[in-house]
Amino acid sequence: MKPFWKTGEPYVLATGAALAIILVMSLALVGVVMTNGLGYFWPRALVKFELKDGSVALGQITQQEKNPTNGDRRIQLKIANRDVFGQDFRWIDEKDITARSLPADAVLLERREHGNFFGFLTGVTAEGMTLTGAAPYDKLLQARKLVSGKLDATRTIKQQMSNLNNSAESLRLKVQKLEYDGKEKNAASITELTSAREKLMAEFSKLNEQATATLAGIGTITAQLSDSAGGSKDISLTEIVALQRPNSMSFFAKCGAYLERVRELLWDDPRESNTEGGLFPAIFGTVMMVLLMSVFSLPFGVIAAIYLREYARDGLVTRMVRIAVNNLAGVPSIVYGVFGLGFFVYGVGGSLDKLFFPERLPTPTFGTGGILWSSLTLALLTVPVVIVATEESLASIPKGIREGSLALGATKFQTLTKILLPMATPGIMTGLILSMARAAGEVAPLMIVGVVKLAPTLPFDSNFPFFHMDRKFMHLGFHIYDVGFQSPNVEAAKPMVFVTTMLLLAIVIVASSTAIYLRTRMRGKYTTSTF
Amino acid sequence: MEQAANKTILSVSDLNLHYGQAHALKNINLDMARHQVTAFIGPSGCGKSTLLRCFNRMNDLVESAKIDGSIRFNDAEINDSSTDVISLRRKIGMVFQQSNPFPKSIYENIVYGLRIAGVNDKATLDEAVERSLKSAAIWNEVKDRLNDSALGLSGGQAQRICIARAIAVNPEIILMDEPCSALDPISTLKIEELIEELKSKYTIVIVTHNMQQAARVSDVTAFFYLGELIEAGGTRKIFTNPEKKQTEDYITGRFG
Repeated sequence: MKPFWKTGEPYVLATGAALAIILVMSLALVGVVMTNGLGYFWPRALVKFELKDGSVALGQITQQEKNPTNGDRRIQLKIANRDVFGQDFRWIDEKDITARSLPADAVLLERREHGNFFGFLTGVTAEGMTLTGAAPYDKLLQARKLVSGKLDATRTIKQQMSNLNNSAESLRLKVQKLEYDGKEKNAASITELTSAREKLMAEFSKLNEQATATLAGIGTITAQLSDSAGGSKDISLTEIVALQRPNSMSFFAKCGAYLERVRELLWDDPRESNTEGGLFPAIFGTVMMVLLMSVFSLPFGVIAAIYLREYARDGLVTRMVRIAVNNLAGVPSIVYGVFGLGFFVYGVGGSLDKLFFPERLPTPTFGTGGILWSSLTLALLTVPVVIVATEESLASIPKGIREGSLALGATKFQTLTKILLPMATPGIMTGLILSMARAAGEVAPLMIVGVVKLAPTLPFDSNFPFFHMDRKFMHLGFHIYDVGFQSPNVEAAKPMVFVTTMLLLAIVIVASSTAIYLRTRMRGKYTTSTF
Repeated sequence: MEQAANKTILSVSDLNLHYGQAHALKNINLDMARHQVTAFIGPSGCGKSTLLRCFNRMNDLVESAKIDGSIRFNDAEINDSSTDVISLRRKIGMVFQQSNPFPKSIYENIVYGLRIAGVNDKATLDEAVERSLKSAAIWNEVKDRLNDSALGLSGGQAQRICIARAIAVNPEIILMDEPCSALDPISTLKIEELIEELKSKYTIVIVTHNMQQAARVSDVTAFFYLGELIEAGGTRKIFTNPEKKQTEDYITGRFG
């Protein structure tokens, strides 16, 4: 009998083990992100602790561990009320606790500023309004309905105002251009535009007054609360984003609250320097940037690969170009960022500004980071992947297929478009998947060429010309860095980092799965392609 | 003599071909007659496929190939740089050793040559599909699944689809480069019967390794050895009473 290691079995086992390690690591990564991210929105109980020294603490348990100094068990409590206590978290040693309870009337308020407030509702004051509810909590709910009704009413007015503002701004730019072009200040066209703009501004202030009138008085509606330390706090209802009593919620109510938070995450704007609220602008920015990147890099890469593989003579130059393309894929991404800044932003963008928007200088229009330059920079970064994949798949098409087409009197170009490209599509899709995944996760170059912490507007909206390629945008990858490492309250923002990571992973997975699904369908059609 | 010239469809004279330094075809002189089957036989690497690929200028694809001499097709020079290669290839079709159906439906495979020539009329295409599939003796096998992928066919069927594809554009000559070498005996038999039938409408030049096949299907046989045309003549004569010693040795199996 042969020795065991000569049978080849050990090598098979080694390869299997390597695969297993990779699988375990990927699953662990996803697992950590999911457990930390998914639990964040679940309404957690507010626990009230009475301590030996007579004080009381109210909050959500976030961690339990052994105290490294004295070996006792201790609990990390999120006590919130940042504006009152000065910090969001505190540690409590278990031996100091005399009693713990879950008060049913403990209230969790999510506020527009200063994070959450945990406490007990003592009353509601609303001048000039009669609230019929008996208990303070019912009164609060009723008042909240009133307030949110009025806020909804002003939303359409706000929209109109922003449209007016946009038109006024474009008029201002037109005037600026006319003035730059050397027309006299009192030229008829300028006066006309200026008066039109003034009319718009007058309308704007009228709407503004209307909005103020609608909202009159709601600032005076306040809720009185007491915190666990016994202090009292008045909070205006316009400050409250959400409220719940987690200790008296049923399971289904908790599910509802959970889904509401998920909806907020996906569709709302961020608050409190990105550590609270939604991620919609970042999701939108990421997806739009990746799509734009694909639009640039796919045709460019495919055409370059076709030339390299089908038309270029296979000589020294072609081989050097091929090596250069392969090496481009290994250049550190920050180098692309710097190149993008120098070439696209300052070079191309600066020249565009000089040519088309000289009147706005020194304020840059395209001569500053934006979604267009970011997409182009990332397209440059990912184009080698597309080129290599396309070349490989073209090379894998049997020679006989080409000859068969040519022998029937097809030109080289007809053979390419009718036979070769369809057959190479699955391979090209592979390249696209890889490049999309890479582009979605890339952060370093984007920080230089157009990603910002908070973008006031989306790069796509209902104002002409709809796609605003010059605008800066938000990105999930940068969001992770910003919230996790740059925010004023890193500990409180930690769950948000996991949630953002989860979303970024989800976007990459959804994009890749779609492309893989399309590729599988195509492969069914062109089974001779093996790449 | 007059009649013979009229009957000649392809005429090769003083043809030399170099692949870089290698002298692959040496001074070939050969005439092929209309509506006849000409078989090229010889051991591997003797240049028979290379010669075949000269007829529809497939050697253009090989960068190192250099051709001198003349090949006349219906009295027009093939090797002229002014020759329209596209229309030449339409008149001289080709079937390869490995069947190479395109990853499209059977229907689209057959009409490919017509479509790239700009024919898109449905009735014309339908007619061409039926005619060429019938000529290739595969109509009954595939008429109910014309829209299925051609990649699902067996080797023999795929090869006949490739023949039908070549027929669809109405060529004058069909070149066959060892069309049966990858097929089983039954499929080979079908293709051989097909060649017999196609002879009435087309001129066929076939390269084969299989001497029995050459004896069965061809009217004229040409024996090549190391890039030279050793002997060409009526098949019966070549196989029963060859003039050259080398031909006899090859045919009787003494080498090759």
